[in-house]
Amino acid sequence: MADAVQIPDEAEVRARWGNFAFTPETMEKARAIIARYPAGRQASAVMGLLDLAQRQVGAETNTQGWLPVPVIEYVAAQLEMPYMRVYEVATFYTMYNMAPVGKFHVQVCGTTPCMLRGSDDVLAACKSKGLIKGGTTADGLFTLNEVECLGACANAPMVQINDDNFEDLTFDSTVALLDALAAGKPVKIGPQIDRQTSCPEGGPTVLKDMVTENHDYRGEWK
Amino acid sequence: MPKVTVDGLEIEVPAGATVLQACELAGKEIPRFCYHERLSIAGNCRMCLVEVSPGPPKPQASCALPATEGQVIKTDSPMVKKAREGVMEFLLINHPLDCPICDQGGECDLQDQSVAYGRGGSRYDENKRAVTEKYMGPIVKTVMTRCIQCTRCVRFAEEVAGIEEIGAIYRGENMQITSYLEHAVTSELSGNVVDLCPVGALTSKPYAFVARPWELKKTAAIDVMDAVGTNIRLDARGRQVLRAVPRINEDVNEEWASDKTRHAVDGLVHRRIDRPYVRKNGKLVAVEWADALKAVAAAAKDAGKSVAAIAGDMVDCETMFAARQLVKSLGGTMFEGRQTGLAYDTSSLSAVNFNTGIANIENADVILLVGSDLRREAPLVNTRIQKAVRKRGAKVFAIGPDTDLTYKATFLGTNLGLLSKLPKDVADAFKAAERPAIIVGGGALRYEGAHGAALAFAKKHKLVRDGWNGFNVLHFAAARMGGLMLGYAYEGGIKALAAKKPKLAFFLGADEVDYSIFADTFKVYVGHHGDAGAHAADVILPGAAYTEKSGTYVNLEGRVQRGDRAVFPPGDAREDWSIFRALSDLTGKTLPFDSLDALRVEMSKAVPALGREGLATYGWDVPSLPDKASADIADYPIKDFYLTNAICRASETMQRCSRELVHGEEWLEAAE
Repeated sequence: MADAVQIPDEAEVRARWGNFAFTPETMEKARAIIARYPAGRQASAVMGLLDLAQRQVGAETNTQGWLPVPVIEYVAAQLEMPYMRVYEVATFYTMYNMAPVGKFHVQVCGTTPCMLRGSDDVLAACKSKGLIKGGTTADGLFTLNEVECLGACANAPMVQINDDNFEDLTFDSTVALLDALAAGKPVKIGPQIDRQTSCPEGGPTVLKDMVTENHDYRGEWK
Repeated sequence: MPKVTVDGLEIEVPAGATVLQACELAGKEIPRFCYHERLSIAGNCRMCLVEVSPGPPKPQASCALPATEGQVIKTDSPMVKKAREGVMEFLLINHPLDCPICDQGGECDLQDQSVAYGRGGSRYDENKRAVTEKYMGPIVKTVMTRCIQCTRCVRFAEEVAGIEEIGAIYRGENMQITSYLEHAVTSELSGNVVDLCPVGALTSKPYAFVARPWELKKTAAIDVMDAVGTNIRLDARGRQVLRAVPRINEDVNEEWASDKTRHAVDGLVHRRIDRPYVRKNGKLVAVEWADALKAVAAAAKDAGKSVAAIAGDMVDCETMFAARQLVKSLGGTMFEGRQTGLAYDTSSLSAVNFNTGIANIENADVILLVGSDLRREAPLVNTRIQKAVRKRGAKVFAIGPDTDLTYKATFLGTNLGLLSKLPKDVADAFKAAERPAIIVGGGALRYEGAHGAALAFAKKHKLVRDGWNGFNVLHFAAARMGGLMLGYAYEGGIKALAAKKPKLAFFLGADEVDYSIFADTFKVYVGHHGDAGAHAADVILPGAAYTEKSGTYVNLEGRVQRGDRAVFPPGDAREDWSIFRALSDLTGKTLPFDSLDALRVEMSKAVPALGREGLATYGWDVPSLPDKASADIADYPIKDFYLTNAICRASETMQRCSRELVHGEEWLEAAE
């Protein structure tokens, strides 16, 4: 368990986050999530509420947020769940951060399709910009993690930064992306090459006539 | 009732049975780790794979598969053998080969099953996973690298103990079983996870590296730490009892035992009285048996008929009977067992019995607790109610100070007046209930009118009806029901008895008595621990603890049970009944029994119910008592679950549990 997240000291965390409570806006969202489930089944809302809590922690710290123990306990209390059950959920899903992260949470996919298409280059680019796997840069901007498949294999290699995917990366485009983020410049979400979502590169390769009109191919069937 | 074929044998199985249960009914052994009869089905260890047709052409987990009509189940086919070998090989991938230093060795499911169902060796030569040790409290020692993640402990904590403090965190290969933030598990039943753990991940901390199971002599006995009468097995090596583990008895403890039952046994070797003492010039002086007995006989001569016997909480019926016969032979008539001053009416034992029965209380649908902190007074009755609440949706109301019972209970207030005027919703719940019950504890019985008010409540709400008796009194002393059957109850309680100023009194392991009220009495303490009673005594006669004598005990529901002797008493200590028999020689009226068997014959002549193991019947013939109660229940009698009697107080494990779990002291592990 050498690479397990180091959960911060409990006393310190309790001092900082012991008074955590949802803001009125978050509370409204939380109520909406809880209302999706029948009365008495409010525990089903746990994942939604944990996400809201993590986002609120992020907003308060100007990072991507994480889930300190008192925050987990707050969510548990909201849903009348035992602390342990919420803690299990929070540790199970990788989208919940159990330790503080930076302003940009860079999650590089390293699963087979991405690896074959050059995720090693993406990681090398991250490393060249000073990002360390499992750690946060000194300026608090970037946290780097290698993750398993994020489901964008057609656009491999890819990286998820905060809530967005950046796809079809190369060493250079990754460096450019990180530079732009660090400088606070706008970035292009999605494929970083000339390509619409996961459509073929350089336009369609089949059904080309469909590009301009709803072409009737039926007469051409053989 | 589906018919299935197991290995060519056609059998009929109960509806709702699983394939695993069907195989067991057919006499087949199915290896398993996660499946446990008393817990919900998880189906995650995959060890119970069998071949079932019709069904997919692959082995199936029998524990989670319902048995249906016409199934053909094979438990001995090559496919099953191969599947079991495969599962076992996977389970062993990350399991360390440290059996020689593992406490589970010799009673380990994984060890046994890998011998029976595994391959000869492993083909795995990568690095094994290691997991850091978790802290689970003073009872449970963890070596989590050994964990195979069957989740039995997690399910036990949630479903039986009712404390959701154990869980599985992280996922996949990193999954770990732990208590919440590695805090001590705050359950009175935490020791049971040690028995449940099929591997050596959770072992007993006080028992760590003490003995191997094959070295131990095993004796069936009855626990005396509370009034439940837990059936236990005492494991002894040489002259010391090393551990107590539960035996299965569906009517009493299922297969659980409280931590006190399990771990107070280390108190049996500390602070023991192993020779007689006589107080001379205000100081206790060690003497020979003959001198001590002579001193008592002399006191008996002076006392005339003014003789009393006070029974402690842990004595067996034989001891109480022998003492009673001796006192009666001297002309004495004062007997009391309720040391702390309770004085409830005992004219009918049905009015002070747990009439519903321990197993049957599970079927209650509305329960009212009156001054009873069940979780501390009888943890294994509490689990039954926990089950009633969880499985059958029973409603629990309570009169008394707020306390955490592990399940949802509505606390109505502390005033006993509530018994006669319940809030409307509660009264409606009782009206609608099919099997309502009330449980009255010692916290309420000490107040005037409480007993009568509870009986009036039972009458008003018809708690006693066809095939159901919902009136229960909850005792928490193992000797109580037996003592009441033997007449150890003085009208007005122990205070009234003390007011009669008996000249001579025998205290049978009585350590909870306020000795200041017996200032003018010649006090003879017959017991095994140097606790309060021994400090106040004029003569101390060393007796045997519950592990050192064969004894009859009656539990809170009136179940007569008998335990055997595991070891001999230390030093000059003797079995208690023989002490009274020897004394009777000196007082001139020799008691008519020379052996324990002869004593039991006499005892069953006097109280026939004590001669038969099993439930004693008290009928239902309750007295009418004054039923005006208006006192507030100030607190519950048990302040510290872990230190309720002399054995616990001498036990290092119980002291540590008390400091850590009751008083919240941080316990720093010694650096290893």
